[in-house]
Amino acid sequence: MRIEIDEIAKSFGTTAALHPVSFAIPSGALVALLGPSGSGKTTLLRILGGLEFPESGRVMFDGVDATGLSVQDRRAGFVFQSYALFRHMTVFENIGYGLNARPRAARPPKAEITRRVTKLLDLIQLPEIGARYPSQLSGGQRQRVALARALAIEPRMLLLDEPFGALDAKVRRELRQGLRDIHDETGLTTVFVTHDQEEAMELADLVVVMSMGRIEQIGKPQDIRARPATDFVREFITV
Amino acid sequence: MSDITTFRSATEETPLARRVLIGIAAGGLGLLVFAPLIVVFAAALQQGLAAAIASLGNQDALSAIKLTLIITAISLPLNAAFGIASAWFITKFDFRGKAFLITLIDLPFSVSPVVAGLCIILMFGTNSLVGGWLVASGYPIVFALPGIVLATMFVTFPFVARELIPVMIEQGRTEEEAALTLGASGWRVFLTVTLPNIRWALLYGVLLCNARAMGEFGAVAVVSGKIRGQTATMPITIEMLYNEYLSVAAFSMAAVLALLALVTLLLKTALELRLADQLSASNRH
Ligand SMILES: Nc1ncnc2c1ncn2[C@@H]1O[C@H](COP(=O)(O)OP(=O)(O)OP(=O)(O)O)[C@@H](O)[C@H]1O
Ligand SMILES: [Mg+2]
Repeated sequence: MRIEIDEIAKSFGTTAALHPVSFAIPSGALVALLGPSGSGKTTLLRILGGLEFPESGRVMFDGVDATGLSVQDRRAGFVFQSYALFRHMTVFENIGYGLNARPRAARPPKAEITRRVTKLLDLIQLPEIGARYPSQLSGGQRQRVALARALAIEPRMLLLDEPFGALDAKVRRELRQGLRDIHDETGLTTVFVTHDQEEAMELADLVVVMSMGRIEQIGKPQDIRARPATDFVREFITV
Repeated sequence: MSDITTFRSATEETPLARRVLIGIAAGGLGLLVFAPLIVVFAAALQQGLAAAIASLGNQDALSAIKLTLIITAISLPLNAAFGIASAWFITKFDFRGKAFLITLIDLPFSVSPVVAGLCIILMFGTNSLVGGWLVASGYPIVFALPGIVLATMFVTFPFVARELIPVMIEQGRTEEEAALTLGASGWRVFLTVTLPNIRWALLYGVLLCNARAMGEFGAVAVVSGKIRGQTATMPITIEMLYNEYLSVAAFSMAAVLALLALVTLLLKTALELRLADQLSASNRH
């Protein structure tokens, strides 16, 4: 799905989290929102997911205005920075939550839900952990379960907020490849937030460099490396 | 200088200080809590178990027990609902005057129950605008069940909200947001995510509420009118019996009330153990 962000602005009280920003994400792209802490990455991602609403501007999905679309109707697979797994449910119940939450008419039968959850557990390469609770998982496992839970709703896009933030270097690298594979397999338009320039450059098709609520540069990783648009970008990608 | 044999962590007291502290705590507890409890049961049984039970068998005693249970049964669910609603409102939204609202929730703790009772009389008594109209239409509030329920609810209002607010603040909003992005409606999110996450704290608050609701005297004394067999709750009946020198009857009823409270306490302790387990489990996140 093609996403267009048109002059989106958002402030919290007196702090402007996003000055009007505009850019487009081609269908099926894997995009990184890259920037230092407080640059507005999470805010932008939450606006895409419908968890926050902009003060002005429009969000378009496949050319259709989705600015006022409710979070439920956006069908965005959202992976939270802290994973936000339901702590009182098993991994299996976590992943099946979205399917069970559908209105009766659209809800798949129980056997079908079981089949799909099992398939997702295979996809994240954790087929054995369905009966466990989130507190019994490692950080990397939690992250993958959160991804599977987001994929279960057959989302129109995938939004990830610092998906590898709290993990050690080795697990990060593994999961990075995992995300790339899942993206290539599903073809979902995917936006992930990171403040790690190496991660953005390595993983993304398109990198959006942000600073203080503004977009500094948008481009392919190699183009940004070769021709940083501003001093800020040059400095940020060389650290 | 460095005496290796008396290694002691910085927060640890000397053995003597420890014994004195434990002594004070145990002595205070025994004198103020256990002794009175034992005396109540002893006084109730001074003429034997049969006399104690017989004193509970008359119409007025039974009506008092029934009334107290009815009041508790009405005010508990209502207060649980109000408590959840206000805790939800306070923790899930940002708005001006939040601190003021939290203070307001605590108001019943700081206002004397007698004053609360008087307020209800002023608002709903026969001489008030609302009360006069309600009495005229055959629905009196003061000196009747609704007034007693109102007084009880006022006094016990903070318990549930007070228990829930810290738990809900600690848990944040992200699990609920996750459920929303997965397509769940607000009501479904509440039932399947919010409620299970607060269930132990909620039960705990309800139990505290229960103990207080059964035992409330001051506010109820003012609004009930103390009509024997009609608006006299257990605590009120105990006081009346005692004033009439019917000490076996008074203490028997007091013993029943104490037993109800003890059951509540036992449940609460059991819950506390579960809550501690749950907290340590979820804190592993
Ligand atoms: N709910 C909120 N209330 C008030 N201010 C907020 C809120 N959310 C974000 N902000 C502010 O908006 C600005 C952008 O925040 P945002 O979370 O989007 O940054 P970020 O780029 O995701 O940072 P990080 O890398 O630290 O997660 C910050 O100045 C932040 O303080
Ligand atoms: Mg962020």
